[in-house]
Amino acid sequence: MSMKVQTRQVDGVTILDLSGRITLGEGSVTIRDAVRDLLAKGQQKILLNLADISYIDSSGIGELVSAFTTVRNAGGELKLLNLTKKVHDLLQITKLYTVFDVKDDEASAISSFGTK
Amino acid sequence: MAKKLKEAILTIRTSTSTLPSSLLSAVDDGHSSIARTSLADSTTSRVSFTLDSTLDSVNKIEQTAEQYAQRAGFDEDTIPHIAMAVREAAVNAVLHGNAYDVNKHITASFETTSDSLVIRITDQGPGLDPNTLPDPLAPENILRGSGRGIFLIRAFMDEVNFRQLHPGTELTLIKHRTPAQSGT
Repeated sequence: MSMKVQTRQVDGVTILDLSGRITLGEGSVTIRDAVRDLLAKGQQKILLNLADISYIDSSGIGELVSAFTTVRNAGGELKLLNLTKKVHDLLQITKLYTVFDVKDDEASAISSFGTK
Repeated sequence: MAKKLKEAILTIRTSTSTLPSSLLSAVDDGHSSIARTSLADSTTSRVSFTLDSTLDSVNKIEQTAEQYAQRAGFDEDTIPHIAMAVREAAVNAVLHGNAYDVNKHITASFETTSDSLVIRITDQGPGLDPNTLPDPLAPENILRGSGRGIFLIRAFMDEVNFRQLHPGTELTLIKHRTPAQSGT
C-alpha cells in the first residue's frame, strides 16, 4: 500500500495527515515533494501526523530526518504528531526521538508553533 | 512479476524439505497476503530463489520473511522486526549492491531449522565492508538522511554475518528460536 497525504491548515500550521507506508519508493518521495511544495509557498510551520502510518523503514526514517533538516534550514519548524508504537520504537532505537519535536496532542502541537 | 517469481521458485534448490505450498499460493495470486495455515512442516524448511534488482523483489522478500517468521513461531512483536531486517538487507542488495542493474540479480534463501531462522541475501555488487560504515548514532551522523539499514538489521537480529563473494556480498541474518518456538 502506497502512502497517502492529506493537507489541512489550522491556525497557520500546515498539517500533513499521512497514511500507509513510508518506505523506499513508496512514501519517501511523497513526503519530500510535499514539504518542498509547502516551503515554496512560504508555509514553514509543518506538522506531520503519523497516526495512520503502518510501517516505516530506514529509508522512511531518513526521509523524515531530511524533511526536518530541510524545513529547519529554511527557517521553519517541522514537528511529528501521533507516533504509533512501531514508529516511536524505531525513533528511540535510532536516537532520533529527542531530535524531533514529537507531540501526541494536535491542539497543543499547533499552539507550540506559536511559542517559538 | 508474480509469474516470474513463481517460475524462479519452481527452479528452487531445495535441501531439506518440500516447498511450502502457502508460499507458492501467496506468489501465485500476486497479492501480499500471507497464508497462515496449511503449512505441512512447521519446524524445518528451506527455500531459495533468484530475483531481479527491483523494489518489487524487495517487497516479495519482505513478505516471505514475514511468512517464515510466523511459521517459526516468533511473537507478534518480533515478526515485524525480522521482516524489517530482511527488507533492509534486500534494499541494500538492490539499491547499494546491484544499483538496480537489470543484468544483476539478488538471491534470497530462507531456512527454518530446529533452533533458528536463517535468511541469506546476496547481490552481485562491488562488495560491502561493514567495518567502514559510519555509526548512525554518532552526533555527526544523526541527521544524515541515510545509513541506518545495517544498524537496524543488527538491532533486530541475533547474528549478522557478511561474506564477500567477489563480486557481491552475502548477508546472513539469524534469529534464534526459543525451545517453545521450535517445538522440540
